[in-house]
Amino acid sequence: MDNSDTLNGAGKLASKYAKQFGIYIVLLALLVFFSIASENFLVSSNLLNVARQVSMMGIAAVGFSFVLLLGGIDLSVGSVITLVNIVAAYFMVNLGMPPFLAVIIALALSAALGFSNGWIIANINMPPIIVTLAMMIIIEGIAYLISGGLPIYGFAKSFAVIGQGYVGPIPIPVIIMVVIMGLGGFILNKTYFGRYFYAVGGNEEAAKLSGIDVKRVKYLVYTLSGFFAGVAGIVILSRTNSGQVLSGKGFEFDVLTACVLGGVSVTGGVGKISNVLAGVLILGVLSNGLVLLDISQFVQMVIKGTVLMLAVALDCLQNRKES
Amino acid sequence: MFLQLKNITKRYPGVVALNNVSLDIHEGEVHALVGENGAGKSTLIKTCTGAIAPNEGTIVIKGQEFTSLTPKSSEQMGVGVIYQEFNLVDELTVAENIFLGRAIRKGFVIDQKAMEVEAAKIFKQFDIKINPRELVGNLTIGYQQLVEIAKAISQNAKLLIMDEPSAPLTQTEALALHAMVEKLKASGVTIVYISHRMDEIFKLCDRITVLRDGEKVSTINTSDTNLDDLVTLMVGRELTETYPDRKDCISDEILLEVNNLSGNGVNGINLKIRRGEVLGLAGLIGAGRTELAELLFGVKSKSGGSVTLHGNEIDPKLPKEAIGYGIALVPEDRKRLGALLDVTIRGNICISIIERISKFFTRDKKEEQRIAVHYKDAIRIKTPNLEQKIKNLSGGNQQKVIIAKWLATEPSLVIFDEPTRGIDVGAKSEIYALVNSLVEDGKAVLMISSEMEEVMGMSDRILVLREGRITGELDRNDFDQETIMGFASQN
Repeated sequence: MDNSDTLNGAGKLASKYAKQFGIYIVLLALLVFFSIASENFLVSSNLLNVARQVSMMGIAAVGFSFVLLLGGIDLSVGSVITLVNIVAAYFMVNLGMPPFLAVIIALALSAALGFSNGWIIANINMPPIIVTLAMMIIIEGIAYLISGGLPIYGFAKSFAVIGQGYVGPIPIPVIIMVVIMGLGGFILNKTYFGRYFYAVGGNEEAAKLSGIDVKRVKYLVYTLSGFFAGVAGIVILSRTNSGQVLSGKGFEFDVLTACVLGGVSVTGGVGKISNVLAGVLILGVLSNGLVLLDISQFVQMVIKGTVLMLAVALDCLQNRKES
Repeated sequence: MFLQLKNITKRYPGVVALNNVSLDIHEGEVHALVGENGAGKSTLIKTCTGAIAPNEGTIVIKGQEFTSLTPKSSEQMGVGVIYQEFNLVDELTVAENIFLGRAIRKGFVIDQKAMEVEAAKIFKQFDIKINPRELVGNLTIGYQQLVEIAKAISQNAKLLIMDEPSAPLTQTEALALHAMVEKLKASGVTIVYISHRMDEIFKLCDRITVLRDGEKVSTINTSDTNLDDLVTLMVGRELTETYPDRKDCISDEILLEVNNLSGNGVNGINLKIRRGEVLGLAGLIGAGRTELAELLFGVKSKSGGSVTLHGNEIDPKLPKEAIGYGIALVPEDRKRLGALLDVTIRGNICISIIERISKFFTRDKKEEQRIAVHYKDAIRIKTPNLEQKIKNLSGGNQQKVIIAKWLATEPSLVIFDEPTRGIDVGAKSEIYALVNSLVEDGKAVLMISSEMEEVMGMSDRILVLREGRITGELDRNDFDQETIMGFASQN
C-alpha cells in the first residue's frame, strides 16, 4: 500500500485495468498500426491466415503456461513436437498404420514423455530446466535415429484435413486451438486441480501442508505440457505433409515468449489463459504484419526480442511499484 | 530531545494510516511503541527512516527540521533500524556483512583482516561472543540479530529503531537481546522498541507510546502504568482476562495415542490426548516440538513407533493423508508455510477442501463461497471482500484465515505451532477463545508455544521436550515457569 503518494483512487483503478487488459491494448494498437501501414493486412483471409499460423503455438502454450504457473519450465516442447512428427509419420508410412491409430500412439507417447519429465522433477528434485534440457537432447537424438535425418512423407489424403482443412471459412487448426485454449481455461478456473497449479506455483511448501499432493500436480502438469505439445506436433505434421527432424526446433522459445508476453510469471503462481492467447496473437500479428511490410527476417527478430524485453520490463516495474 | 515528530499525517487511498501524530523521543531513553496490528507502528517507523513521506507534518532530528526526510539523510542523522526481516547475506562472513557496501579496502582488494578487527572491536564493546569470520548462515536467528545490531552501530547509529526484535527469538535468546538493549542504552544509544510482549516492555522501556487506529492515544512513563491499563489503552476496551475461561470439557475418550514414536529428530515419544483437552508442548527452539508435529501430520516419515487415532493405527505419508484422518496443522511460519499469499482469502479458506467438494473434477463455487462466508463470520475475519488477496491482511487476520482453512476440513485434532507469534493482543485473545471453542466442541488440541505464559495459560497439561525427548509432564495444578524451564534446559 506504500506506493500511492502519486496514485489517487481513480489512478489506481486505471492502473489495475491497465494491468488486466494492457496486453489487449497492445494487441489492438498493433492491429491498428498494421491496418494503416498495409492495405493487405485487415483482410479476412489474411487475419484467418494469422490465426492459422499461430494455432500450433497457441496449442502448445496452454501446457507451457501450466508449467510456468508451477514455477517450472519445459524446454523439451520443441523436441516432443519433432518426435511426434517423426513417429506418426513413420507409423503411417513405414508401417502402414491408419492415421487415426498413428495419431493416438504419438499423442500417448508425448504424454508419456511429459510424465517422465514430471516424475523426475518431482521425485529426484532436479531443476526443471536441466531435466527438460536433457530430455530435449535425448528426444531429438531419438528422432534422428528413427528417421535417419531424412523427411518421411506420403500420407493418406484424409490425414491432411487436420492441418489443412476448413470448417466453413475457419481453418481446422484454429478450431483445435480454440478448443484447447478453452479446455485450458476450464482446467485453471473450474477444476480443483487447476487451482492447485496456482497454489503449488505460489508456495509449494504451504500447498503441501494444505493437503495438496504436490508430486501428483507436477506429474499432471508436465504430462499435459507434453500432450499439448504432441497435439501441436500432429497439426504441424498434417500441415507440412512430411515428417521432419527440424519441425519443432526452437519451438519452445516461441511458446515461452508468447506465454511471458501474456503475463505468465516465470517464477510461478500468476497467469491467465486469456492473456496467453493475446500473447500468442501479438507474436502472430507481428510476424504477419512485418512480412506484409516487407521487413527482413533479421529485423523482425530484433523487433520481437525488443517487444519481449519491453513487455517484461513493464511488468517488473509495475510489480516493484506494488511492493 | 533526539527526535521529534510534529503533527504527522499519512494518508493512503481509503485509509488514514497516521492521523496528526506528535511524538518526542528523548536522548538516551528506551521508548516503547505499542499498539495492535494496523495501529500505525510500521508507518511511523517508515516516516522516521524516510522510507515514506508524510502528507502533513514535520520531523525534527537533533534540532534539524525536515518536511521530507530521505532514507539517506535519516541514516546520516544517525537513525538505524533493525527490521523483522534481516538484511544479511547468509553466504558472507559476519565481518563482511557488517561492512556490506562499505567494505574496507586496500586499493582494489577487500581488507578482510581490517574488517574482522573492526567487527571484533564492536563485539568486545558489547560483550558479544561471535566469531567475525563465521558465515552468517551458520548463526542462529538470535546471533544474526546481534550482527544486525552491530552493523547499525558500526554505521554510527545514535537512534536504533527495533521492530519486534524478540518475536522470532527463543526465551534465552530474548534474554540476551534484553541485555544487549541495556548495554546499548548505557553507551548512550537511544532506542525505539516495538513489541507485542508486555513483559519485556515493562522490563526495558522508560516510556511507552500507545498507538491505536493511526492515532496516538498517549505517551506514559512506564513507572506510572501497569499491564491492565496498558492493554486497555491499546485495544480501547477492557480485556477482562488474557486467557478466557473454558468449561471443563475433557472427556475420558482418548483421541490420539502415540507410542514410542521416533524419527525426524525425535525419540521414543509417548503421549495421549483426550477429546476436549489442550495439550501444551513446551521446550526450546530445536527441542523437537515442530518435528513431532511434522511426524503426526505426515510431513516427515517416522522411523519407529506407532500413532493411534480414534483407536486406529495411522501412518500418514503426506499431509493430505493426515487431513483425511482428521488432523490439522496451523504451522509456525505463517508467510512461508501457511498462507498462499497470491491467492484470495476465499481461495485460502477453501484450498484444503476444494477437491472434496468438487464433482467430476469441477469446482462447486457456490459451496466454496458459502463455506468461506461461514468461517469468515464465525471467526470474525475482518475484511470487506473475500476476493482480496491474503497478503493484504494484517498478521492476525492472516492467521485467522489459516485457522478457517483448517476448521473447514472439520478436524478432530488441531495442532497449533506458535499460533500467536507476531499477532496483536486483540487477535490473540480471539485465537485463544477459538481454541477454547474447539475443545468445548469435543476436538483435541496440541499446542506448541515458546511463550511460557501462553502455554501455561492455555494448556490442560504440558509436556516438555528437550533434544527430541519428553523430559517432563505437568498437570495444570503444577504449572510453574521455573519447573518447565528446568525440564527444557537442564541435563
